[in-house]
Amino acid sequence: MIEKTHAQFPLEPERYELAAAAPYRFDLGRREFFKFLGAGLLVVSVLKPAVVAQESGGARRRGDSLPKEIDAWLHIGESGRVTVYTGKAEMGQNIRTSLSQAVAEELHVPIEKIEMVMGDTQLTPFDMGTFGSRTTPTMNLQLRKVAAAAREMMIGLAAAQWQSDRQHLVAADGKVTDSQNKRSVEYAELTKGQQLTQTVTPDTPLIPATNWKVAGQSAFKVDGRDFVTGKHRYPSDQKLPDMLYGKVLRPPSFGATLLSVDTQKAEQMGATVVHDGNFVGAAAASTELAAAAVAAIHAEWKSDPQPSSKELFDYLRKNTVEGKDPTGDGDRYDVGAVDQAFGVADRRLQQTYTVSYIAHTPLEPRAALAKWDGDNLTVWTGTQRPFGVRGQLAEAFRIPEDQVRVLMPDTGSGYGGKHTGETAIEASRLARAAKRPVKLVWTREEEFTWAYFRPAGVIDVTSGVRRDGTITAWEFHNYNSGSAGIRTYYEIPNQRIVFHAVNSPLRQGSYRALAATANHFARESHMDEIAHAVKMDPLEFRLKNLKDARLRAVFEAAAKRFGWGKTKAAGQGFGMGGGYEKLGNIATFAEVHVDRQSGDVKVVRVVSAFECGAIVNPDGLRNQIEGSNVQGLGGALFEAIEFDNGKILNGRMSQYRVPRFSDVPVLETVLLDRKDIPSVGAGECPMIGLAPAIANAIFDATGVRLRSLPLVPNGLKTS
Amino acid sequence: MATIRLTVNGRPYTVDIDPQTSLLSVLREQLDLTGSKYGCGEGQCGACTVLIDGKAQRSCITRVSAVSQKQITTIEGLANGEHLHPVQEAFLETGAMQCGYCTSGMIMSAVALLQRNSSPNESEITGFMDGNICRCGTYPRIVSAIQKAAKVATAAVGKGAGR
Repeated sequence: MIEKTHAQFPLEPERYELAAAAPYRFDLGRREFFKFLGAGLLVVSVLKPAVVAQESGGARRRGDSLPKEIDAWLHIGESGRVTVYTGKAEMGQNIRTSLSQAVAEELHVPIEKIEMVMGDTQLTPFDMGTFGSRTTPTMNLQLRKVAAAAREMMIGLAAAQWQSDRQHLVAADGKVTDSQNKRSVEYAELTKGQQLTQTVTPDTPLIPATNWKVAGQSAFKVDGRDFVTGKHRYPSDQKLPDMLYGKVLRPPSFGATLLSVDTQKAEQMGATVVHDGNFVGAAAASTELAAAAVAAIHAEWKSDPQPSSKELFDYLRKNTVEGKDPTGDGDRYDVGAVDQAFGVADRRLQQTYTVSYIAHTPLEPRAALAKWDGDNLTVWTGTQRPFGVRGQLAEAFRIPEDQVRVLMPDTGSGYGGKHTGETAIEASRLARAAKRPVKLVWTREEEFTWAYFRPAGVIDVTSGVRRDGTITAWEFHNYNSGSAGIRTYYEIPNQRIVFHAVNSPLRQGSYRALAATANHFARESHMDEIAHAVKMDPLEFRLKNLKDARLRAVFEAAAKRFGWGKTKAAGQGFGMGGGYEKLGNIATFAEVHVDRQSGDVKVVRVVSAFECGAIVNPDGLRNQIEGSNVQGLGGALFEAIEFDNGKILNGRMSQYRVPRFSDVPVLETVLLDRKDIPSVGAGECPMIGLAPAIANAIFDATGVRLRSLPLVPNGLKTS
Repeated sequence: MATIRLTVNGRPYTVDIDPQTSLLSVLREQLDLTGSKYGCGEGQCGACTVLIDGKAQRSCITRVSAVSQKQITTIEGLANGEHLHPVQEAFLETGAMQCGYCTSGMIMSAVALLQRNSSPNESEITGFMDGNICRCGTYPRIVSAIQKAAKVATAAVGKGAGR
């Protein structure tokens, strides 16, 4: 069994986009803080020196872990207003809401009194980034501690003021109340004129999940009104006086080098034109004018021949970089004696599974607004890593990080696709030349082409099994797609599991759930194949080889809700897939209907059972699980990037199909609330069981085994 | 360049602009009405949806010169002061969003749908809304929100008739 732990959380090799050096910390001094915020109480959690050392570069190395302590600040002002400072970023996972709930719960203030300041490198403590489903297990816990310390301090202040025993005092609704003497005092009064600081101590008492009143309840987006009225300003909506609009000249293919460029015509059009190395761009009074200027630039490029998506999987196998993995040596797990075990197995199965490159397609493309003030740079941009982008900007412009401020207005989604700062750098370069603020919003085609993709991959699985359905040997090779979720949770005495890094033909990086989607697709499809080979029910077969109680519980819960074992009609098929990732446990059961005449495959119903410890926001959690299933449908059924010789062939919304209303099945969610287990994240794990569940259901309906994602980009071939 | 008069959310505007410019660009860049979003630039995602004489249209593929005589309604013009439109209320009450970037286009499409069909069934909703993309996958909630708004509107009409 794999050890599940919060402490060790390695960065997976598919996070290639994080190769930029981690930034240093430049904290706002506490005195400056009060100057900025006004008087009151400030509670901080302090990073340990060892953690700071990890932050300043070590963490990108394979096997190192993320900082164990995550910094956060909380301020209670003289008006009783609570301001929370966290470097986390909001992009639709609704952590602005769930983190507010955590603070409201521990501090005993109404949620409306809390303001979250997020992802601003000048105002919030360092944070490595919002990815890996880390906000709930780390930041949520940290904010609970900070808020609890503030609450205890409020009680202490009231006790001192009244000279009474603090055990008779209760904090509730932004007040401390003395029930014996029937008196109460608002937090605002306690902090008036004060400049108090407090640090979190390990013995600060937290409210157990079983006693939660605000956390643990459903809460909708705290600032939802701004979103239904169009008032919220996303990064692409930012505006400054005298602002220009930017546009970048893109090379005709990946990796092309600029041979010559003539910008004269564009300059005559009144645009600010920049040519700096391989970078060519223009800024003008409107997006249309900037685009027209760039269209008037004549450039010659040199490109090298590159592979195409038709030969992708062959290419991946042949271009491994064994021993030269950029993140260290490829992952490798060896248990027992695999080769001998294959020799004595009753049945041996060998199959290959593949996954294509897919695009995140966040509905808001990358956008940035940059403004220079002398050598000081301020950038508003949509990124999951404001501090990482700050580092990239400092590096690009050769200025110290404390001269760069990155702000991240809640952005139009990311899904792991907005870790990097290209747009911020481009807008900043144009703004520097124009001596005016410049906004740059990537077009959809740019987003499809110049961002990065979910890695494609080839996975070879070989298994050995006894006649009674006991798996005895397991060999699993993943080429390129990554090592997240690569290890098996089934009890198998002999294993060889290897991740092979590859020189990817396309730029690739993180995507929601990383390679866990690919690895679970291969593993859970193969589990079905073995079950059929030994003539066992797929659920019974899984449970026979599975000891992990939490994972068994979600499989059993989903099976019960789904009605596993019921008889099926013609064209109907049932399948399952599941596993765990980012400390959450998921089982997904799918019902499909296949029209053998037309080849049309319709996913009719999906049942998900999910367990992520103590649930913070049940409705928010359901929303994430439903969203994972809907988004997962695309990669499972029809999404694939096509490319040839350094060009993307389907980089438009009209050419790249994403799930729409009509694709959505009936979605049913079973939540297992484990109040005895610390809360973990839910943005990624719920996605991983879907693709194998659908593939297994298609097999159940038709007897056709599909081993490539997407499964049916053009319907099911019936020939 | 041309001088074009527009009526947006009941207010008159005059812009000097290339008549080929998209309505979306004019709304966002000239009028600072940024509630309508850019998502694809080819009318495929619906994030830029506005009402033109009450009909849902994609402002990213609508030339500004084509709408100078028409009534344009954007998300900013939907609420009546502090009083939200029932569709806006329903989206809030149903939690029908994650990142919210598609929300204004979804709401505008839903308003147009309910104007021609006051109580659409699920497949009518799905059919009408299929041109609007939500990458976060909140589609089932959006369907619920539209059904909820339809019920509220129908109830309000019923009450009115009873009086």
